[in-house]
Amino acid sequence: MSELNRLTIADAQAKLRKREISSRDLTRACLDRIATVEPKLNAFITVCAREALEQADAADQRLSSADAPPLCGIPLAIKDIYATKGVRTTCASKILENFVPPFDATVIAKLRAEGAVFVGKANMDEFAMGSSTENSAFGPTRNPHDLERVAGGSSGGSAAAVAAYECLASLGTDTGGSIREPASFCGVVGIKPTYSRVSRYGVIAYASSLDQVGPFSRTVRDAAIMLRSLAGIDPSDSTCSARAVPDYERALTGDVKALRIGVPKEYFVEGMQPEVEKSVRDALANLQKAGAHTVEISLPHTPYAVAAYYLVATAEASANLSRYDGIRYGLRVPAENNIELYEKSRAQGFGAEVKRRVMLGTFALSAGYYDAYYLKGQKVRTLIRRDFERAFETCDVVMAPVAPTTAFKLGEKTDDPLTMYLSDIFTISVNLAGLPGMSIPCGYDNAGLPIGLQIIGAPFSEETIFRVGDAYEKIGAFSTHQLKI
Amino acid sequence: MAESKITLEQVRHVALLARLRLSADEETRLQADMSSMLGYVEKLNELDTTNVPPTAQVGEPGTPMRDDEVTNHPAPDDMLANAPARHGNFFKVPKIIE
Amino acid sequence: MNSEKYEAVIGLEVHAHLSTRSKMFCGCSTAFGAQPNENVCPRCMGMPGVLPVLNRQAVELAVRAGLAAHCEIARESIFDRKSYFYPDLPKGYQISQYETPICKGGYIEIALKSGETKRVRLTRIHLEEDAGKNIHEADGSLVDLNRSGVPLVEIVSEPDMRSAEDAGAYLRALHAMLRYAEVSDARMAEGGMRCDVNISVRERGAEKYGVKTEIKNLNSFRFVEKAIGFEIGRQIEVIESGGKVQQETHLWDPVREETRPMRSKEFANDYRYFPEPDLPPLRVPPDLVEKVKTEMPELPDARRARYISEFGLTAYEAGVIIDEREVADYFEATLPGLNNRKAAANWVMTEVLRVVHESGKSIGDAVPTAKEVGTLLKMIEDSKISLNAAKTAFAAMCTSGKGAEATIGELGLAQVSDEGAIAAACDQIIAAEPSKVAEYRGGRDKLYGFFVGQVMKAMGGKANPKVINDILKKKLAG
Repeated sequence: MSELNRLTIADAQAKLRKREISSRDLTRACLDRIATVEPKLNAFITVCAREALEQADAADQRLSSADAPPLCGIPLAIKDIYATKGVRTTCASKILENFVPPFDATVIAKLRAEGAVFVGKANMDEFAMGSSTENSAFGPTRNPHDLERVAGGSSGGSAAAVAAYECLASLGTDTGGSIREPASFCGVVGIKPTYSRVSRYGVIAYASSLDQVGPFSRTVRDAAIMLRSLAGIDPSDSTCSARAVPDYERALTGDVKALRIGVPKEYFVEGMQPEVEKSVRDALANLQKAGAHTVEISLPHTPYAVAAYYLVATAEASANLSRYDGIRYGLRVPAENNIELYEKSRAQGFGAEVKRRVMLGTFALSAGYYDAYYLKGQKVRTLIRRDFERAFETCDVVMAPVAPTTAFKLGEKTDDPLTMYLSDIFTISVNLAGLPGMSIPCGYDNAGLPIGLQIIGAPFSEETIFRVGDAYEKIGAFSTHQLKI
Repeated sequence: MAESKITLEQVRHVALLARLRLSADEETRLQADMSSMLGYVEKLNELDTTNVPPTAQVGEPGTPMRDDEVTNHPAPDDMLANAPARHGNFFKVPKIIE
Repeated sequence: MNSEKYEAVIGLEVHAHLSTRSKMFCGCSTAFGAQPNENVCPRCMGMPGVLPVLNRQAVELAVRAGLAAHCEIARESIFDRKSYFYPDLPKGYQISQYETPICKGGYIEIALKSGETKRVRLTRIHLEEDAGKNIHEADGSLVDLNRSGVPLVEIVSEPDMRSAEDAGAYLRALHAMLRYAEVSDARMAEGGMRCDVNISVRERGAEKYGVKTEIKNLNSFRFVEKAIGFEIGRQIEVIESGGKVQQETHLWDPVREETRPMRSKEFANDYRYFPEPDLPPLRVPPDLVEKVKTEMPELPDARRARYISEFGLTAYEAGVIIDEREVADYFEATLPGLNNRKAAANWVMTEVLRVVHESGKSIGDAVPTAKEVGTLLKMIEDSKISLNAAKTAFAAMCTSGKGAEATIGELGLAQVSDEGAIAAACDQIIAAEPSKVAEYRGGRDKLYGFFVGQVMKAMGGKANPKVINDILKKKLAG
């Protein structure tokens, strides 16, 4: 194998333990690849070459013993939304451009304890607000399949880094589709687990009741390996579930016989790119050949999801972002009085999309408008949850497209925010309902751009989702394109 | 031209609540964007939610609590390391007038 | 002041620090007096990505306060975010409780000077976190976040009070309840208990409330009483001169002794309350309420009743002593070994409290320890010293810091009960005053006091009066 950075985690684990390769070699290969493609891609805000090699060397020591943890020595990219102690964490915002946290996020501490290697902090939409990574204060990330197009967002850097072989896997976050959509656009696997499956401590908050931690990888097996290390109870996060974490790899039996796949009619609408619909339907047909059954279901409140989301998420965000005031950390603009200090620092530090959402969220909570906006949004959220509860009475998983189109061109959707928001239509309901959802590649459009297939499950049914995804992968319905870069 | 769903006065009031200093251009742009969004979310009024409880959280029920122990130890230098303006071990701000 | 025409309507909001070791949502210490920003961590500093985790003891103490104040304890209550911008509020919002507090209803009984008792109803008690502190200098302000995140209960009364006296009595009763229940040390000087006053006036007999002003952050009973007195006068004056009272927030200026409106716009706020998504609803199951009930320390009413029934104190005496928990605890600590508990109560009420009030210090600093005072009282009981000698010794002990026995010894205050010595003194006096002896024996009983005085004088004031009586009477009888 000439290029070690193209290994899957599963393969790398075996080779590392057989001492065929070292973590240093593996990390070196990733860092070399980063140096080559980063000028074109801009997937990273901060590359941590020195720290990564130190981590790799430490991992190599541990790998010589029999009980090295699963992710020991594996190079990962970390979305710049995770607090990493001693390493700049910007959230792709000018307001945190030089912020160095004195603590690790819980999942970062877990990965460190396993001996994982962090090659760098990945680019993203500022404060996770966006669907294209065009809202980053550090420039957009380009799609490895077509450099004129977006990598998706908000976890665009994390998705692109995996797709371009800059690392073996990465961490993203998903609040309205921010893992699944870039996974779909970049042709990689991305899973948003059930809300509360993974600790949010140390994950810079956008919308607290929607944010969730999840991995990007090149295979479903790799995603299962990652999630097992990430998930589990955390005494630092009061919303984190205490449920035991299964060994997700054991779920990869390849068996989908008698699996009931719900196909929501509201997710196949006008305005979808025809190749996207075809690709998804072909995938369903392939699964049927393997023994699964499809059943048409209805999620009638789907058309209201984007509206509900943009009230609830922005409201929570407006409060979460109130702490950025230039007093204890972050950008500070000199001022004569405190109101000016806040107003100027925040005006200069926040980008346009962040300001837009903070304004909308503040309005939605303000006196006289709370009932009509925030409260209404939370009530519609209940209706959307109930839609899925009903659906899961007749099916085991729900399958649908991830996005109405493949990756759009840079600058194509930046004029009208509402157009951009509507591209989240297939992912947003899953966050509102707190459900797990995974995007796996299911083909390409005529221009060679990846298409993602979404697998949505009932709460804590990640094992089923992994089983289905892995079974679909094994069918091998299409071959992976070579990247031009 | 369709009437805006939000007045410039309201935009300015929200900007004050949110502590954002907006330029005149930004105010106009935001007025248009917010109006567009507020117009869009009006579709929620098609739904009768009179007897529907709001969802504040989707996690599992139960109240995690911690024991009343002091587990943090003083480390003012670490905590103040990112402070843009520091005076000894205080954070410095413009004079507050009550 | 036209107090015939108008009545004041007063409600109080009291914030009290809960007696926990660590903060509400993080493991930082709550200890007072630390160096600036020593007791802070990423959580209570509001760093990006942090999340709150609730302190179990804070919940139990809030339940305890609710039970002591006869509130209904909510099975489920919700935390909310209260948003406003201020340099001492790190997250830009405070985690508090808005629509569904942990305790609802309840009341505090107050005793007025007239002897009347009154019930002040409570609206609610809820949990919230405190903000940090700002220190103002000439060229800027300094922010210390040690206090940020300290657990608070906010106790809100109904507007049932009608005078500064009502308010003072309510605060004292509430303060006692919090201290007796060990919910809060409520040290007002340290900011452990703060009071906001909501006050309006209306014509007597009117049904509607007048426009109210809020006076914020009063941290002494005296300030509350004075501020209320001033504000009632001010509002009446505004109305009488044809104006309208504005709904404003005021501060009390203790130097000029007046209220004035707060200048900053920062307080014209829309708090935009919404449920805290980082905390699940707070469940207080019945068995937790039972646990708190069984752990409830003795409350003021129970202690007062015990002092009356067990120690035979009058209601008035018991009331004076239990007014401050430290005084009541001090009183009880003098008792071991004593038979005459009323004498101890009297000593505490007169000698001890006099010195405490005059010195302006706390009972722990101003007077000897309860143990030493107990020793002194025992010596009186055993006739080892006279009452006057004890008072002299006590005064000396207050300044010297020395113990009772040492002081009695040093100052030679021991009472002499030596019968031989007293008999000798009696003989000496009888021998020296033959004419008076004759008069006494002749029927002038009033002269007895003269002889007692002379014997006492000859004994340097130290003779045990009872022994004098026993011996002198016999000797005078002839």
